[in-house]
Amino acid sequence: MQIGKDLVAASAAPLLLAILTEGESYGYAIIQRVTELSGGQLEWSEGLLYPLLHRLERLGQVEASWATSDAGRRRKYYRITPQGRTELAEQQRAWKAVDTTLGQLWRNLRLALTPQIGALS
Amino acid sequence: MTDAPAPAPSGIEEQVERWRRELLARAGVAPDDVDELEDHLRGHIGALTKLGLTPDEAFLVAVQRVGSQHAIAADLAREHSGRLWKQHVSVRDSAADGSTSGLLPMLGFAAIAGLVVKFPVAYALQHDDAPFFLLVATLLLLSAVVAAFLIWQRRSPVLAAAAAVTVTLGVFALTQAFYPYVDPFHTRLLATMHIPIAVAVLLGAVYLGTQWREVDRWLDYVRFLGELFIYLVLIALGGGVLVGLTGGVFSLVGIDPRVIITEWIVPLGIGGAVIVAAWLVEAKKSVLENMAPVLAAVFTPLFTLLLLGFLGAMLVTGRIVDANRDVLIIIDLVLVVVLGLHLFSVSARRDNAPVGWSDRLQLVLVAAALILDVVVLSAMAGRIGEYGATPNKLAALGENLVLAGALAGSAWYLVAFLRGKRPFVALERWLVRSLYVIGAWAVIVILVFPPLFAFR
Repeated sequence: MQIGKDLVAASAAPLLLAILTEGESYGYAIIQRVTELSGGQLEWSEGLLYPLLHRLERLGQVEASWATSDAGRRRKYYRITPQGRTELAEQQRAWKAVDTTLGQLWRNLRLALTPQIGALS
Repeated sequence: MTDAPAPAPSGIEEQVERWRRELLARAGVAPDDVDELEDHLRGHIGALTKLGLTPDEAFLVAVQRVGSQHAIAADLAREHSGRLWKQHVSVRDSAADGSTSGLLPMLGFAAIAGLVVKFPVAYALQHDDAPFFLLVATLLLLSAVVAAFLIWQRRSPVLAAAAAVTVTLGVFALTQAFYPYVDPFHTRLLATMHIPIAVAVLLGAVYLGTQWREVDRWLDYVRFLGELFIYLVLIALGGGVLVGLTGGVFSLVGIDPRVIITEWIVPLGIGGAVIVAAWLVEAKKSVLENMAPVLAAVFTPLFTLLLLGFLGAMLVTGRIVDANRDVLIIIDLVLVVVLGLHLFSVSARRDNAPVGWSDRLQLVLVAAALILDVVVLSAMAGRIGEYGATPNKLAALGENLVLAGALAGSAWYLVAFLRGKRPFVALERWLVRSLYVIGAWAVIVILVFPPLFAFR
Protein backbone atom coordinates (compact mmCIF):
# COMPACT_ATOMS: atom_id res chain seq x y z
CA MET A 1 0.00 0.00 0.00
CA GLN A 2 1.24 3.43 -0.92
CA ILE A 3 0.33 6.30 1.36
CA GLY A 4 -0.21 9.43 -0.74
CA LYS A 5 2.26 12.29 -0.68
CA ASP A 6 -0.27 14.77 0.66
CA LEU A 7 -1.24 12.54 3.53
CA VAL A 8 2.41 11.90 4.42
CA ALA A 9 3.08 15.63 4.39
CA ALA A 10 -0.01 16.47 6.45
CA SER A 11 0.77 13.91 9.12
CA ALA A 12 4.49 14.66 9.24
CA ALA A 13 4.51 17.48 11.82
CA PRO A 14 2.30 15.81 14.45
CA LEU A 15 4.13 12.53 13.97
CA LEU A 16 7.50 14.19 14.38
CA LEU A 17 6.42 16.13 17.46
CA ALA A 18 4.94 12.99 18.97
CA ILE A 19 8.16 11.04 18.38
CA LEU A 20 10.13 13.80 20.08
CA THR A 21 7.92 13.50 23.18
CA GLU A 22 9.63 10.12 23.63
CA GLY A 23 12.86 12.01 24.21
CA GLU A 24 15.41 13.98 22.19
CA SER A 25 16.47 12.46 18.92
CA TYR A 26 18.31 13.11 15.64
CA GLY A 27 17.43 12.82 11.97
CA TYR A 28 18.47 9.29 11.16
CA ALA A 29 16.93 7.87 14.34
CA ILE A 30 13.67 9.72 13.70
CA ILE A 31 13.29 8.20 10.23
CA GLN A 32 14.06 4.77 11.66
CA ARG A 33 11.42 5.31 14.30
CA VAL A 34 8.81 6.35 11.74
CA THR A 35 9.49 3.25 9.65
CA GLU A 36 9.35 1.07 12.74
CA LEU A 37 6.11 2.59 14.08
CA SER A 38 4.33 2.36 10.73
CA GLY A 39 5.56 -1.14 10.01
CA GLY A 40 7.29 0.22 6.94
CA GLN A 41 4.16 1.75 5.44
CA LEU A 42 5.32 5.32 6.00
CA GLU A 43 8.61 6.09 4.33
CA TRP A 44 9.96 9.54 5.07
CA SER A 45 12.48 11.04 2.74
CA GLU A 46 15.35 13.17 4.01
CA GLY A 47 13.98 15.98 1.87
CA LEU A 48 10.81 15.84 3.95
CA LEU A 49 12.36 15.43 7.37
CA TYR A 50 15.12 18.05 7.51
CA PRO A 51 13.21 21.03 6.13
CA LEU A 52 10.38 20.09 8.51
CA LEU A 53 12.75 19.94 11.48
CA HIS A 54 14.20 23.30 10.54
CA ARG A 55 10.77 24.83 10.11
CA LEU A 56 9.56 23.59 13.49
CA GLU A 57 12.78 24.91 14.99
CA ARG A 58 12.14 28.30 13.45
CA LEU A 59 8.60 28.26 14.79
CA GLY A 60 9.94 27.41 18.25
CA GLN A 61 8.16 24.05 18.47
CA VAL A 62 11.40 22.13 18.71
CA GLU A 63 14.84 23.23 19.80
CA ALA A 64 18.13 21.84 18.62
CA SER A 65 21.64 21.51 19.90
CA TRP A 66 24.82 20.10 18.46
CA ALA A 67 26.53 17.29 20.31
CA THR A 68 29.09 14.65 19.52
CA SER A 69 27.86 11.21 18.58
CA ASP A 70 29.41 7.99 19.92
CA ALA A 71 31.51 7.83 16.77
CA GLY A 72 32.85 11.33 17.46
CA ARG A 73 30.94 13.13 14.73
CA ARG A 74 28.84 16.29 15.01
CA ARG A 75 25.23 15.39 15.47
CA LYS A 76 22.23 17.70 15.78
CA TYR A 77 19.74 16.64 18.44
CA TYR A 78 16.18 17.90 18.54
CA ARG A 79 13.90 18.30 21.55
CA ILE A 80 10.25 19.29 21.76
CA THR A 81 9.51 22.61 23.50
CA PRO A 82 6.47 23.50 25.64
CA GLN A 83 5.15 25.36 22.61
CA GLY A 84 5.61 22.20 20.55
CA ARG A 85 3.60 20.26 23.10
CA THR A 86 0.78 22.78 22.87
CA GLU A 87 0.84 22.49 19.10
CA LEU A 88 0.87 18.70 19.35
CA ALA A 89 -2.17 18.73 21.64
CA GLU A 90 -4.00 20.86 19.09
CA GLN A 91 -2.99 18.57 16.25
CA GLN A 92 -4.13 15.62 18.29
CA ARG A 93 -7.58 17.10 18.65
CA ALA A 94 -7.75 17.84 14.94
CA TRP A 95 -6.66 14.34 13.94
CA LYS A 96 -9.11 12.79 16.37
CA ALA A 97 -11.90 14.80 14.81
CA VAL A 98 -10.87 13.62 11.35
CA ASP A 99 -10.58 10.06 12.59
CA THR A 100 -14.00 10.13 14.25
CA THR A 101 -15.62 11.60 11.17
CA LEU A 102 -14.04 9.13 8.82
CA GLY A 103 -14.72 6.30 11.28
CA GLN A 104 -18.45 6.88 11.08
CA LEU A 105 -18.36 6.93 7.30
CA TRP A 106 -16.18 3.82 7.14
CA ARG A 107 -18.83 1.95 9.11
CA ASN A 108 -21.61 3.03 6.75
CA LEU A 109 -19.38 2.28 3.80
CA ARG A 110 -18.64 -1.23 5.02
CA LEU A 111 -22.36 -1.95 5.16
CA ALA A 112 -22.85 -0.57 1.69
CA LEU A 113 -19.87 -2.36 0.23
CA THR A 114 -20.49 -5.78 1.76
CA PRO A 115 -22.88 -7.01 -0.96
CA GLN A 116 -20.43 -5.97 -3.69
CA ILE A 117 -17.57 -7.70 -1.97
CA GLY A 118 -19.81 -10.75 -1.71
CA ALA A 119 -20.56 -10.53 -5.42
CA LEU A 120 -16.90 -10.26 -6.30
CA SER A 121 -15.93 -13.31 -4.32
CA MET B 1 34.14 -8.73 14.59
CA THR B 2 36.95 -10.28 12.65
CA ASP B 3 34.83 -11.30 9.69
CA ALA B 4 33.73 -7.75 9.05
CA PRO B 5 35.27 -6.27 5.94
CA ALA B 6 38.36 -4.27 6.73
CA PRO B 7 37.43 -0.63 6.94
CA ALA B 8 38.90 1.38 4.14
CA PRO B 9 38.91 4.79 5.72
CA SER B 10 40.76 6.57 2.99
CA GLY B 11 38.46 5.38 0.20
CA ILE B 12 35.17 5.98 1.91
CA GLU B 13 36.27 9.14 3.68
CA GLU B 14 37.27 10.54 0.34
CA GLN B 15 33.91 9.70 -1.17
CA VAL B 16 32.01 11.17 1.75
CA GLU B 17 34.17 14.26 1.50
CA ARG B 18 33.36 14.64 -2.20
CA TRP B 19 29.66 14.13 -1.45
CA ARG B 20 29.88 16.84 1.19
CA ARG B 21 31.58 19.27 -1.17
CA GLU B 22 28.99 18.75 -3.90
CA LEU B 23 26.13 19.19 -1.47
CA LEU B 24 27.64 22.32 0.02
CA ALA B 25 28.02 23.87 -3.43
CA ARG B 26 24.29 23.76 -3.94
CA ALA B 27 22.15 26.81 -3.36
CA GLY B 28 20.15 26.88 -0.16
CA VAL B 29 22.39 24.43 1.69
CA ALA B 30 24.29 25.68 4.74
CA PRO B 31 27.41 24.01 6.24
CA ASP B 32 25.38 22.89 9.26
CA ASP B 33 22.92 21.13 6.94
CA VAL B 34 25.81 19.25 5.36
CA ASP B 35 27.04 18.13 8.78
CA GLU B 36 23.55 17.03 9.68
CA LEU B 37 23.06 15.14 6.42
CA GLU B 38 26.51 13.58 6.64
CA ASP B 39 25.53 12.20 10.03
CA HIS B 40 22.45 10.80 8.37
CA LEU B 41 24.45 9.32 5.50
CA ARG B 42 26.80 7.67 7.96
CA GLY B 43 23.83 6.31 9.86
CA HIS B 44 22.81 4.48 6.69
CA ILE B 45 26.39 3.37 6.01
CA GLY B 46 26.73 2.01 9.54
CA ALA B 47 23.50 0.04 9.31
CA LEU B 48 24.40 -1.34 5.88
CA THR B 49 27.91 -2.45 6.83
CA LYS B 50 26.38 -4.29 9.79
CA LEU B 51 24.27 -6.17 7.25
CA GLY B 52 27.50 -7.31 5.60
CA LEU B 53 28.04 -4.82 2.80
CA THR B 54 31.53 -3.52 2.14
CA PRO B 55 32.03 0.17 2.98
CA ASP B 56 32.06 1.07 -0.71
CA GLU B 57 28.82 -0.76 -1.38
CA ALA B 58 27.31 0.70 1.76
CA PHE B 59 28.29 4.18 0.64
CA LEU B 60 26.64 3.73 -2.74
CA VAL B 61 23.41 2.41 -1.26
CA ALA B 62 23.39 5.07 1.47
CA VAL B 63 23.76 7.84 -1.10
CA GLN B 64 20.81 6.37 -2.99
CA ARG B 65 18.75 6.30 0.19
CA VAL B 66 19.50 9.87 1.12
CA GLY B 67 18.26 10.72 -2.33
CA SER B 68 19.33 13.09 -5.02
CA GLN B 69 21.23 16.08 -3.74
CA HIS B 70 19.28 18.27 -6.10
CA ALA B 71 15.97 17.27 -4.50
CA ILE B 72 17.25 17.72 -0.96
CA ALA B 73 18.80 21.08 -1.73
CA ALA B 74 15.55 22.23 -3.32
CA ASP B 75 13.54 21.05 -0.31
CA LEU B 76 15.89 22.80 2.11
CA ALA B 77 15.90 25.94 -0.02
CA ARG B 78 12.13 26.09 0.01
CA GLU B 79 12.20 26.17 3.80
CA HIS B 80 15.06 28.67 4.00
CA SER B 81 14.09 31.25 1.43
CA GLY B 82 16.25 33.84 3.14
CA ARG B 83 19.29 31.70 2.65
CA LEU B 84 18.34 31.11 -0.94
CA TRP B 85 18.15 34.83 -1.34
CA LYS B 86 21.77 35.10 -0.44
CA GLN B 87 22.80 32.40 -2.84
CA HIS B 88 20.88 33.63 -5.84
CA VAL B 89 19.21 30.63 -7.33
CA SER B 90 15.49 30.47 -7.35
CA VAL B 91 13.70 27.20 -6.91
CA ARG B 92 11.67 27.55 -10.05
CA ASP B 93 14.52 28.26 -12.41
CA SER B 94 17.82 26.92 -11.28
CA ALA B 95 19.52 27.93 -14.51
CA ALA B 96 23.05 28.89 -13.59
CA ASP B 97 23.22 31.84 -15.96
CA GLY B 98 20.30 33.73 -14.46
CA SER B 99 22.40 36.84 -14.02
CA THR B 100 21.87 38.22 -17.51
CA SER B 101 18.42 36.80 -18.20
CA GLY B 102 15.80 39.36 -19.06
CA LEU B 103 18.30 42.14 -19.61
CA LEU B 104 16.52 43.54 -22.67
CA PRO B 105 12.97 43.55 -21.25
CA MET B 106 14.40 45.15 -18.11
CA LEU B 107 15.97 47.92 -20.18
CA GLY B 108 12.61 48.42 -21.87
CA PHE B 109 10.89 48.85 -18.52
CA ALA B 110 13.68 51.19 -17.38
CA ALA B 111 13.26 53.33 -20.49
CA ILE B 112 9.50 53.58 -19.94
CA ALA B 113 10.05 54.47 -16.28
CA GLY B 114 12.58 57.11 -17.31
CA LEU B 115 10.19 58.66 -19.84
CA VAL B 116 7.32 58.60 -17.34
CA VAL B 117 9.42 60.88 -15.14
CA LYS B 118 11.02 62.86 -17.94
CA PHE B 119 7.94 64.33 -19.62
CA PRO B 120 6.26 65.76 -16.50
CA VAL B 121 9.58 67.17 -15.30
CA ALA B 122 10.22 68.81 -18.67
CA TYR B 123 6.69 70.25 -18.65
CA ALA B 124 7.07 71.57 -15.10
CA LEU B 125 10.40 73.16 -15.96
CA GLN B 126 8.94 74.97 -18.96
CA HIS B 127 5.64 76.04 -17.38
CA ASP B 128 5.64 77.94 -14.12
CA ASP B 129 1.94 77.22 -13.60
CA ALA B 130 2.28 73.43 -13.84
CA PRO B 131 -0.41 71.88 -11.65
CA PHE B 132 0.64 70.18 -8.42
CA PHE B 133 -1.25 67.11 -9.56
CA LEU B 134 1.50 66.55 -12.11
CA LEU B 135 3.78 65.48 -9.25
CA VAL B 136 1.19 63.03 -7.92
CA ALA B 137 0.53 61.69 -11.40
CA THR B 138 4.24 61.16 -12.00
CA LEU B 139 4.56 59.33 -8.72
CA LEU B 140 1.60 57.09 -9.53
CA LEU B 141 2.71 56.40 -13.11
CA LEU B 142 6.19 55.47 -11.95
CA SER B 143 4.62 53.19 -9.33
CA ALA B 144 2.54 51.56 -12.07
CA VAL B 145 5.63 50.91 -14.21
CA VAL B 146 7.49 49.42 -11.23
CA ALA B 147 4.43 47.27 -10.47
CA ALA B 148 4.31 46.07 -14.09
CA PHE B 149 8.01 45.28 -13.94
CA LEU B 150 7.59 43.30 -10.72
CA ILE B 151 4.64 41.38 -12.18
CA TRP B 152 6.78 40.49 -15.19
CA GLN B 153 9.90 39.70 -13.21
CA ARG B 154 8.29 37.77 -10.38
CA ARG B 155 5.72 36.10 -12.66
CA SER B 156 2.94 37.18 -10.35
CA PRO B 157 -0.60 36.32 -11.42
CA VAL B 158 -1.07 39.03 -14.02
CA LEU B 159 -4.81 39.65 -13.82
CA ALA B 160 -5.12 39.76 -10.04
CA ALA B 161 -1.99 41.86 -9.53
CA ALA B 162 -2.83 44.26 -12.36
CA ALA B 163 -6.36 44.67 -11.02
CA ALA B 164 -5.13 45.41 -7.50
CA VAL B 165 -2.57 47.91 -8.77
CA THR B 166 -5.00 49.62 -11.15
CA VAL B 167 -7.73 49.95 -8.55
CA THR B 168 -5.44 51.26 -5.80
CA LEU B 169 -3.47 53.67 -7.97
CA GLY B 170 -6.67 54.68 -9.76
CA VAL B 171 -8.39 55.58 -6.51
CA PHE B 172 -5.34 57.58 -5.43
CA ALA B 173 -5.21 59.38 -8.78
CA LEU B 174 -8.93 60.20 -8.87
CA THR B 175 -9.09 61.47 -5.28
CA GLN B 176 -5.97 63.58 -5.66
CA ALA B 177 -7.17 64.97 -8.98
CA PHE B 178 -10.65 65.93 -7.78
CA TYR B 179 -10.25 66.76 -4.09
CA PRO B 180 -10.89 70.55 -3.87
CA TYR B 181 -7.74 71.43 -1.97
CA VAL B 182 -7.48 74.97 -0.59
CA ASP B 183 -4.71 77.06 0.90
CA PRO B 184 -2.45 76.22 2.83
CA PHE B 185 -2.57 72.78 1.13
CA HIS B 186 -1.28 70.88 4.15
CA THR B 187 -3.49 67.86 3.58
CA ARG B 188 -2.42 67.73 -0.07
CA LEU B 189 1.25 67.63 0.88
CA LEU B 190 0.53 64.98 3.51
CA ALA B 191 -1.39 62.83 1.05
CA THR B 192 1.43 63.08 -1.49
CA MET B 193 4.02 62.16 1.13
CA HIS B 194 2.03 59.09 2.12
CA ILE B 195 1.47 57.78 -1.40
CA PRO B 196 4.95 56.17 -1.58
CA ILE B 197 4.32 54.44 1.76
CA ALA B 198 1.00 52.98 0.66
CA VAL B 199 2.49 52.05 -2.72
CA ALA B 200 5.42 50.29 -1.02
CA VAL B 201 3.00 48.00 0.79
CA LEU B 202 0.95 47.48 -2.38
CA LEU B 203 4.10 46.57 -4.32
CA GLY B 204 4.89 44.07 -1.58
CA ALA B 205 1.71 42.21 -2.44
CA VAL B 206 2.62 42.35 -6.14
CA TYR B 207 6.15 41.15 -5.39
CA LEU B 208 4.89 38.17 -3.42
CA GLY B 209 2.24 37.24 -5.99
CA THR B 210 0.26 34.20 -4.94
CA GLN B 211 2.06 34.16 -1.59
CA TRP B 212 0.95 37.66 -0.62
CA ARG B 213 -1.07 36.35 2.30
CA GLU B 214 1.85 34.45 3.83
CA VAL B 215 3.26 36.51 6.66
CA ASP B 216 6.63 34.77 6.55
CA ARG B 217 7.22 35.66 2.89
CA TRP B 218 6.89 39.37 3.55
CA LEU B 219 10.32 39.29 5.09
CA ASP B 220 11.67 38.47 1.62
CA TYR B 221 10.08 41.68 0.43
CA VAL B 222 11.62 43.64 3.31
CA ARG B 223 14.98 42.21 2.31
CA PHE B 224 14.24 43.23 -1.28
CA LEU B 225 13.43 46.79 -0.19
CA GLY B 226 16.60 47.03 1.92
CA GLU B 227 18.83 45.95 -0.93
CA LEU B 228 16.89 48.08 -3.41
CA PHE B 229 17.73 51.03 -1.20
CA ILE B 230 21.44 50.15 -1.17
CA TYR B 231 21.52 49.82 -4.96
CA LEU B 232 19.66 53.11 -5.39
CA VAL B 233 22.22 54.88 -3.20
CA LEU B 234 25.06 53.35 -5.21
CA ILE B 235 23.43 54.32 -8.51
CA ALA B 236 22.77 57.83 -7.18
CA LEU B 237 26.46 58.19 -6.32
CA GLY B 238 27.44 57.16 -9.83
CA GLY B 239 24.74 59.42 -11.23
CA GLY B 240 26.16 62.36 -9.29
CA VAL B 241 29.55 61.81 -10.89
CA LEU B 242 27.89 61.51 -14.31
CA VAL B 243 26.02 64.79 -13.86
CA GLY B 244 29.13 66.57 -12.63
CA LEU B 245 31.21 65.35 -15.57
CA THR B 246 28.47 66.20 -18.06
CA GLY B 247 28.44 69.73 -16.75
CA GLY B 248 32.23 69.98 -16.95
CA VAL B 249 32.58 68.48 -20.42
CA PHE B 250 29.90 70.58 -22.10
CA SER B 251 31.13 73.78 -20.44
CA LEU B 252 34.51 73.12 -22.07
CA VAL B 253 32.98 73.47 -25.52
CA GLY B 254 30.86 76.41 -24.48
CA ILE B 255 27.46 74.66 -24.41
CA ASP B 256 25.16 75.22 -21.44
CA PRO B 257 24.60 71.70 -20.09
CA ARG B 258 21.69 72.64 -17.85
CA VAL B 259 18.94 71.52 -20.21
CA ILE B 260 20.62 68.18 -20.83
CA ILE B 261 21.06 67.61 -17.12
CA THR B 262 17.72 68.79 -15.77
CA GLU B 263 15.49 67.63 -18.61
CA TRP B 264 17.23 64.45 -19.67
CA ILE B 265 19.86 62.89 -17.44
CA VAL B 266 18.29 63.45 -14.02
CA PRO B 267 14.63 62.57 -14.77
CA LEU B 268 15.51 59.63 -17.04
CA GLY B 269 18.05 58.51 -14.46
CA ILE B 270 15.65 58.66 -11.54
CA GLY B 271 12.95 56.68 -13.35
CA GLY B 272 15.35 54.17 -14.83
CA ALA B 273 17.36 53.71 -11.65
CA VAL B 274 14.36 52.32 -9.78
CA ILE B 275 13.87 49.56 -12.36
CA VAL B 276 17.58 48.84 -12.76
CA ALA B 277 18.02 48.62 -9.00
CA ALA B 278 15.02 46.30 -8.64
CA TRP B 279 16.43 44.10 -11.40
CA LEU B 280 19.90 44.11 -9.86
CA VAL B 281 18.56 43.04 -6.48
CA GLU B 282 16.95 39.97 -8.03
CA ALA B 283 19.61 39.17 -10.60
CA LYS B 284 22.65 39.74 -8.43
CA LYS B 285 21.46 38.55 -5.08
CA SER B 286 24.84 37.01 -4.43
CA VAL B 287 26.66 40.32 -4.78
CA LEU B 288 25.09 41.81 -1.70
CA GLU B 289 25.05 38.42 -0.03
CA ASN B 290 27.08 39.47 2.96
CA MET B 291 26.50 43.16 2.77
CA ALA B 292 23.08 43.33 4.40
CA PRO B 293 24.15 41.75 7.70
CA VAL B 294 27.36 43.79 7.71
CA LEU B 295 25.54 47.06 7.10
CA ALA B 296 23.03 46.18 9.79
CA ALA B 297 25.84 45.34 12.18
CA VAL B 298 27.68 48.60 11.44
CA PHE B 299 24.77 50.99 11.63
CA THR B 300 22.80 49.51 14.50
CA PRO B 301 25.48 50.42 17.09
CA LEU B 302 26.00 53.85 15.50
CA PHE B 303 22.33 54.76 15.61
CA THR B 304 22.04 53.34 19.11
CA LEU B 305 24.93 55.60 20.18
CA LEU B 306 23.26 58.58 18.51
CA LEU B 307 20.01 57.98 20.38
CA LEU B 308 21.74 57.34 23.71
CA GLY B 309 23.90 60.42 23.21
CA PHE B 310 20.86 62.56 22.52
CA LEU B 311 19.06 61.19 25.59
CA GLY B 312 22.17 61.82 27.69
CA ALA B 313 22.48 65.38 26.39
CA MET B 314 18.86 66.08 27.30
CA LEU B 315 19.42 64.71 30.80
CA VAL B 316 22.64 66.63 31.37
CA THR B 317 21.49 69.99 30.05
CA GLY B 318 18.01 69.57 31.44
CA ARG B 319 16.75 71.18 28.26
CA ILE B 320 13.88 69.47 26.59
CA VAL B 321 13.56 70.57 23.01
CA ASP B 322 11.04 73.28 22.27
CA ALA B 323 7.74 71.74 21.49
CA ASN B 324 6.54 72.41 18.01
CA ARG B 325 5.47 70.56 14.91
CA ASP B 326 9.01 70.23 13.62
CA VAL B 327 10.06 68.34 16.73
CA LEU B 328 7.25 65.86 16.18
CA ILE B 329 8.33 65.40 12.59
CA ILE B 330 11.99 64.93 13.52
CA ILE B 331 11.06 62.38 16.16
CA ASP B 332 8.89 60.62 13.59
CA LEU B 333 11.84 60.52 11.24
CA VAL B 334 14.01 59.04 13.99
CA LEU B 335 11.38 56.35 14.56
CA VAL B 336 11.15 55.66 10.82
CA VAL B 337 14.91 55.25 10.52
CA VAL B 338 15.08 53.04 13.61
CA LEU B 339 12.18 50.90 12.40
CA GLY B 340 13.76 50.61 8.95
CA LEU B 341 17.12 49.63 10.39
CA HIS B 342 15.44 47.23 12.77
CA LEU B 343 13.42 45.61 9.97
CA PHE B 344 16.53 45.36 7.82
CA SER B 345 18.53 43.76 10.65
CA VAL B 346 15.74 41.31 11.38
CA SER B 347 15.44 40.31 7.73
CA ALA B 348 19.22 39.88 7.46
CA ARG B 349 19.39 37.60 10.49
CA ARG B 350 20.42 34.00 9.93
CA ASP B 351 17.71 31.37 10.39
CA ASN B 352 17.80 29.54 13.70
CA ALA B 353 20.92 31.35 14.85
CA PRO B 354 21.34 31.30 18.64
CA VAL B 355 20.76 34.44 20.70
CA GLY B 356 23.69 36.78 20.19
CA TRP B 357 24.95 40.24 21.03
CA SER B 358 23.40 41.69 17.90
CA ASP B 359 19.94 40.68 19.15
CA ARG B 360 20.59 42.42 22.46
CA LEU B 361 21.82 45.48 20.62
CA GLN B 362 18.59 45.53 18.62
CA LEU B 363 16.71 45.69 21.91
CA VAL B 364 18.87 48.59 23.12
CA LEU B 365 18.28 50.44 19.84
CA VAL B 366 14.53 49.95 19.95
CA ALA B 367 14.30 50.76 23.66
CA ALA B 368 16.38 53.94 23.25
CA ALA B 369 14.10 55.12 20.42
CA LEU B 370 11.03 54.43 22.54
CA ILE B 371 12.40 56.24 25.60
CA LEU B 372 13.29 59.22 23.44
CA ASP B 373 9.79 59.20 22.00
CA VAL B 374 8.16 59.08 25.44
CA VAL B 375 10.38 61.86 26.81
CA VAL B 376 9.70 64.19 23.90
CA LEU B 377 5.99 63.42 23.72
CA SER B 378 5.46 63.95 27.43
CA ALA B 379 7.36 67.24 27.20
CA MET B 380 5.03 68.26 24.42
CA ALA B 381 1.84 66.90 25.95
CA GLY B 382 0.82 70.25 27.43
CA ARG B 383 1.52 72.12 24.24
CA ILE B 384 -0.29 69.79 21.89
CA GLY B 385 -3.75 70.56 23.24
CA GLU B 386 -3.29 74.33 23.02
CA TYR B 387 -3.23 74.67 19.27
CA GLY B 388 -6.06 72.32 18.40
CA ALA B 389 -5.78 69.50 15.93
CA THR B 390 -4.22 70.68 12.71
CA PRO B 391 -3.92 68.03 10.01
CA ASN B 392 -0.15 68.15 10.15
CA LYS B 393 -0.02 67.66 13.87
CA LEU B 394 -2.62 64.92 13.84
CA ALA B 395 -0.80 63.12 11.04
CA ALA B 396 2.51 63.46 12.88
CA LEU B 397 0.94 62.21 16.11
CA GLY B 398 -0.81 59.33 14.39
CA GLU B 399 2.41 58.43 12.63
CA ASN B 400 4.16 58.54 15.96
CA LEU B 401 1.58 56.27 17.54
CA VAL B 402 1.78 53.72 14.74
CA LEU B 403 5.58 53.68 14.69
CA ALA B 404 5.99 53.66 18.47
CA GLY B 405 3.42 50.88 18.70
CA ALA B 406 5.33 48.82 16.16
CA LEU B 407 8.61 49.37 18.01
CA ALA B 408 7.06 48.68 21.43
CA GLY B 409 5.74 45.36 20.15
CA SER B 410 9.17 44.64 18.74
CA ALA B 411 10.79 45.34 22.08
CA TRP B 412 8.33 43.01 23.79
CA TYR B 413 8.98 40.18 21.32
CA LEU B 414 12.74 40.79 21.51
CA VAL B 415 12.68 40.43 25.29
CA ALA B 416 10.60 37.27 24.97
CA PHE B 417 13.07 35.94 22.38
CA LEU B 418 16.13 36.81 24.48
CA ARG B 419 14.59 35.02 27.44
CA GLY B 420 13.86 32.00 25.28
CA LYS B 421 10.12 32.35 25.70
CA ARG B 422 9.25 32.90 22.06
CA PRO B 423 10.87 32.05 18.74
CA PHE B 424 12.36 34.76 16.58
CA VAL B 425 9.68 34.17 14.00
CA ALA B 426 7.13 35.72 16.41
CA LEU B 427 9.04 39.01 16.15
CA GLU B 428 9.20 38.72 12.36
CA ARG B 429 5.46 38.21 12.17
CA TRP B 430 4.82 41.15 14.45
CA LEU B 431 6.90 43.40 12.22
CA VAL B 432 5.13 42.24 9.08
CA ARG B 433 1.75 42.92 10.69
CA SER B 434 3.03 46.38 11.63
CA LEU B 435 3.76 46.94 7.95
CA TYR B 436 0.12 46.24 7.13
CA VAL B 437 -0.93 48.78 9.77
CA ILE B 438 1.50 51.39 8.45
CA GLY B 439 0.12 50.84 4.94
CA ALA B 440 -3.45 51.20 6.21
CA TRP B 441 -2.51 54.37 8.08
CA ALA B 442 -0.99 55.82 4.91
CA VAL B 443 -4.22 55.09 3.02
CA ILE B 444 -6.17 56.90 5.73
CA VAL B 445 -3.93 59.96 5.43
CA ILE B 446 -4.30 59.92 1.64
CA LEU B 447 -8.04 59.36 1.41
CA VAL B 448 -9.65 60.41 4.70
CA PHE B 449 -7.53 63.29 5.98
CA PRO B 450 -8.29 65.80 3.21
CA PRO B 451 -12.10 65.69 3.62
CA LEU B 452 -11.68 65.43 7.40
CA PHE B 453 -9.85 68.75 7.49
CA ALA B 454 -11.91 70.54 4.85
CA PHE B 455 -9.12 70.08 2.27
CA ARG B 456 -6.93 72.65 3.95
